[in-house]
Amino acid sequence: MATAPDLSEKRARLWIIAASPTIWAAHFLLSYGTAAIWCAKIAGAGGSLSFARVAILVYTIIALSGIAWIGWRGYVRHTFAGSTLPHDFDSPADRHRFLGFATLLLSGLSAVAVLYAALAAVFIGSCR
Amino acid sequence: MKDEPKDPSADAQDDVEPLGEAPPLELQRAQAERLMQVWKAPEGWRYFSAVNNTEVGLWYMAVSFFFFLFGGVLALLMRIQLARPDNDFLSAERYNQAFTVHGSVMMFLFAIPVFEAVAVTLMPQMLGARDLPFPRLAAFGFWCFLLGGLFLCGSILFDAAPRGGWFMYPPLTSSYQQGIGPDIWLLGFSFIEVAAIASAVELIVGALKCRPPGMRINLIPLYVWYTMVAAAMILFAFPPLIAGSLLLEVERAFGWPFFDPSRGGDPILWQHLFWLFGHPEVYVIFLPSIALVAMIIPTFARTPIVGYGFIVLAAVGTGFLSFGLWVHHMYTIGLPGISLGLFSAASTAVAIPTGVQFFCFVATLLAGRVMTSVPMLWVMGGMAIFVLGGLTGVMVALAPFDFQAHDSFFVVGHFHYVLIGGAVFPILAGVYYFYPIVSGRKLSDRLGKVAFWLAFVGFNVTFLPMHLTGMRGMPRRIFTYPKDLGFDTLNLTSTIGAFVLALGVAVVTWDIVRPKKKEPYAERNPWNAGTLEWVQEMPGKPWGIRSIPEIDSRYPVWDQPHLLRDIDEGRFYLPDAEEGLRETIVTSVIDAKPEQCQRLPGPSYIPLVAALTTGGFFILGTFHLWSLAIASLAAAVGVISYWLWTGTAGHPEKEEKNIGLGLSLPIYVSGPASVGWWAMFITMLADVTAFLSLVFGYFFYWSVRPDFPPDPSPGPGVFWPFLAGGLLTGAWVLTLAVRRWNEKNWALGFYLGLFGAAVLAIAGSAALLAGPWLTRLDPRSHVYAATVWLLVIWTVVHVAVGLIMHLYCLVRRIAGRMTARRGIDIGNVAVYWHFTLLTVVITVLVIAGFPLVA
Repeated sequence: MATAPDLSEKRARLWIIAASPTIWAAHFLLSYGTAAIWCAKIAGAGGSLSFARVAILVYTIIALSGIAWIGWRGYVRHTFAGSTLPHDFDSPADRHRFLGFATLLLSGLSAVAVLYAALAAVFIGSCR
Repeated sequence: MKDEPKDPSADAQDDVEPLGEAPPLELQRAQAERLMQVWKAPEGWRYFSAVNNTEVGLWYMAVSFFFFLFGGVLALLMRIQLARPDNDFLSAERYNQAFTVHGSVMMFLFAIPVFEAVAVTLMPQMLGARDLPFPRLAAFGFWCFLLGGLFLCGSILFDAAPRGGWFMYPPLTSSYQQGIGPDIWLLGFSFIEVAAIASAVELIVGALKCRPPGMRINLIPLYVWYTMVAAAMILFAFPPLIAGSLLLEVERAFGWPFFDPSRGGDPILWQHLFWLFGHPEVYVIFLPSIALVAMIIPTFARTPIVGYGFIVLAAVGTGFLSFGLWVHHMYTIGLPGISLGLFSAASTAVAIPTGVQFFCFVATLLAGRVMTSVPMLWVMGGMAIFVLGGLTGVMVALAPFDFQAHDSFFVVGHFHYVLIGGAVFPILAGVYYFYPIVSGRKLSDRLGKVAFWLAFVGFNVTFLPMHLTGMRGMPRRIFTYPKDLGFDTLNLTSTIGAFVLALGVAVVTWDIVRPKKKEPYAERNPWNAGTLEWVQEMPGKPWGIRSIPEIDSRYPVWDQPHLLRDIDEGRFYLPDAEEGLRETIVTSVIDAKPEQCQRLPGPSYIPLVAALTTGGFFILGTFHLWSLAIASLAAAVGVISYWLWTGTAGHPEKEEKNIGLGLSLPIYVSGPASVGWWAMFITMLADVTAFLSLVFGYFFYWSVRPDFPPDPSPGPGVFWPFLAGGLLTGAWVLTLAVRRWNEKNWALGFYLGLFGAAVLAIAGSAALLAGPWLTRLDPRSHVYAATVWLLVIWTVVHVAVGLIMHLYCLVRRIAGRMTARRGIDIGNVAVYWHFTLLTVVITVLVIAGFPLVA
């Protein structure tokens, strides 16, 4: 570790634990919106999903990269100074690790949920 | 669990120790006397002016439990009707009212309010706070709930109740049901939803800002995590329904065709908005109930929860994923397969966090030495039932299976397993577990066991057969069926089971209400639990906690030596009420560092009067008495202004107060450190969500209708909306400038700026209205005109409220109640205007910009 992180409360962010699920939500809404508009406005009922599938693939790559980055940041915090679970000490360091751990776990869940959504575009090829 | 000798980076200076020696007995007695004087509940008739969580929480629980029993009686009536084929116990009409009111009551008048009730009662105890930050707001929420609930339930006695199902699908509830029923539902529940959002604001701010010193974010009780998530979900789940109810009521009252296909509308929009609320709602019910389980299990396993972080993951993860499920209630409306696939994916993914928390519970039980007890009995029964409901949930999450099961009794069986296993049983576990906190006594072990087995067996006998009844093809919501279709025995079994279940509930009810005067009080911390709510004396004192402790652990009662003694002897913070005022400590969000000594309001009738006047608007509106309704609304605005004027942002007699242990805290705080700022911010998040739901409507029509927006666009043109956008942005800029000039104490600038902002706001509103007005858009003619008008009116109403706020600040400063250094009012008004600007910009871009590019 190059420099010790600043553990003060000012530098802590509660919302970081919600960042990965927010990416999932954006991915989900964009995929749904793109497919719905594609089918309703362009391809028509029974048309091919072609463009929408590619778009969902692109969204998925971007979403997973974002989630991986946040998850990595969570992991770094979780393992800060080598402490182990359950991160229940009354200290800024354990609070820091706990927020990191929650971030990491939520990133894992979000990644799975994004992949689940992407699978829909793998198996379905038309607007029927 | 703590295998490390010492945390390497723990800095000891953070830890505050209680007073080494107890204050003299004389002083302790005087302090207790003063606290008692300040916090005691009003007596006689004035009892109903109480606002403290101990009173309001109790009323809230009692009333929601009453509605639970009411909904249960309706269910029994339905089961009698369905007991045998071709029955005529209830007419079709009555049956429709019964299932509509049963569903609505259980969801809106029991499940959500009981969550708020329990949270309002317990959270201050868990957080060692004397009360939540806005006691009067909680009281207001309660009175709104009581009024709206009685109005809705009363309607069935006059044969006027809604009968369109708890989801109120148009056109059944618009063109086919001209009676007053749907209006009662739409307006009554909108009113209650506003109250629910008020409670959510209170709970979120309470969880973030009213924790005891030292209770860092990694130490808070799991219940508080769940509550925070559920309350945040309310902010984003309830506004779509408020928006939808607005559309449907405007269609019913004024003929604007939002859901009428003959004039461009589409009933599917209602389904989207309803389920955008309706599905997260299930999790809003489930999470706080399972939160009780997360508190009960460690107590009886005698060990800290295993996987605290994983449970936080489950709570937050479920909160998010539950917003991606709504279309699974609409699988059969003919959406493209890809849409079904996406929602099916999210519907199965949500099983992951739910499963994770169950494994954590099981692991905790395995790690500890479990003691049997009545609360654990209800917990285990609930978990067993919920797992079955979860599994059938995964089945119906799969679209092909759902096509078969949709609208059949299978679904009825499924969601009763989810809701009764996931919510009712855990709540009853909570009743047995937390009853001593509320009344100082334990409930009967013997009756508890009898009630549990009756309820558990009765429940399964009722609802397990329903899966089969549904698979055999019996649809929901039919008032009778011919014999020999294979439904007879199954239905009779369900009815018998329902009465056994009801008997179990009756035993619980008796156990709660039976006189217990002769029984001794429970000993303190009767279950030997580890969390802070159990430091309470038996029976509880109105002050909640004698002195507010410094927290070092997730289970302070287990881990912090002498905690009870130190709290009782007033060795911690705020052991006194020297000024004769109600006070609690406000702390920072992450590490709970003390930031402010917050003064809390005492008993008042204002919340009751505010609820009556606000309720008057909705109830009179139901009967289309619009002038009286508007008068009631004006009265409500007056009452709420008086409330704000007298009850908020008061100027303390001194800057700082010594709260003990050498700590002095400011009494007046503004900006993001203050609870008022957070409340405004959170309220506006909900408000903007409702607005975005209306915008969603606009784009929904665009996606499904080729003639939306019509080509060429009949209005509102480009000039007027963009002019309005410019003027209103000016009003926002001046509002920010005014905030700054107030800080600089430049009075002339402040007054001139406010005047300018008001002029710009009025001119901007006029310009915004001029667009559709001058182009003669008739909202009754086509959904396009109706949608444009609605967005415009929504925005103008928000600007008008912003204008009232300007006026309020103006008078406030003239009266000397707002000064350069104490400018919380204008600070919060600026927050309001940020969101109003967002509303203005989106409205202008949508109504004037989108037709150009569409």
